Amino acid sequence: MKIDNEMKLEFLSRSQNESFARSVVAAFVAQLDPTIEELSEVKTAVSEAVTNAIIHGYECGNGNVVIIARIIGDSVEIVVQDQGKGIDDIEAARQPLYTSKPELERSGMGFTVMETFMDQVEVESQPGIGTTIRMYKSFKTE
Amino acid sequence: MNVAFEYVNKTLIARIEGDIDHHSCDAIRKRMDNEILEKNPRNLIFDMDMVGFMDSSGIGVLLGRYKQIAGQGGKIAMIKVKPQVKRICEICGLQKIIPVYQDKRQAIENIKEC
Ligand SMILES: Nc1ncnc2c1ncn2[C@@H]1O[C@H](COP(=O)(O)OP(=O)(O)O)[C@@H](O)[C@H]1O
Ligand SMILES: [Mg+2]
Repeated sequence: MKIDNEMKLEFLSRSQNESFARSVVAAFVAQLDPTIEELSEVKTAVSEAVTNAIIHGYECGNGNVVIIARIIGDSVEIVVQDQGKGIDDIEAARQPLYTSKPELERSGMGFTVMETFMDQVEVESQPGIGTTIRMYKSFKTE
Repeated sequence: MNVAFEYVNKTLIARIEGDIDHHSCDAIRKRMDNEILEKNPRNLIFDMDMVGFMDSSGIGVLLGRYKQIAGQGGKIAMIKVKPQVKRICEICGLQKIIPVYQDKRQAIENIKEC
């Protein structure tokens, strides 16, 4: 597949960065002429993945979060990567309402939100190595 | 992050301003909990007019306050909910737990009826 455009963003795992990270990706995706609703879906999915990298991957310690977004035709691929703790049981983690941090008032709905708002969500993770989330969405212009 | 408070009798109306995400939810939670502890309101209405964005971190915050208020036999509601916030609430099944009304008047009327 031919890549039409690509961007990469790397930042320290600080919760202050959640807002600008989702805005940057939304601004990049805007060149595909999404509807306002589609754009806020992308924004929300990115917010979930970045938040997970910060609170679960790095457990609020220091580390870098990397976002790569690629435009291929009328689709976007968004990769959110951390080199944090990793996920032991990916299938369990993806279940609605599952959270390993209920004491932080987490809802356990992050993966469900990503899956609902994006066409496809892939999770790659290894304990002690890190987690990579790959999300795809296409925008059909009528 | 700012939360403004207003009372109608024993009902606390909390007007949240700005995005509700993991970054802002700590401050919102603290401000809400201080107010609830200090004034002990019976019911709680979230005014979401100034919230343009919320993710699943926000769901955790709303549910946490719901548990406090409902645990004391109080009612909880949301008003002036914007489309993005509404969708995230629907996905998470929140509208079954926290009813959404158009405005303050409607919410207060419904709280009284229960
Ligand atoms: N980047 C990550 N690194 C390590 N663990 C993760 C990561 N993302 C998700 N998880 C695990 O998956 C669980 C479910 O994530 P999610 O659905 O977003 O719910 P929540 O964030 O509310 O816990 C988390 O509680 C955590 O255990
Ligand atoms: Mg999450």
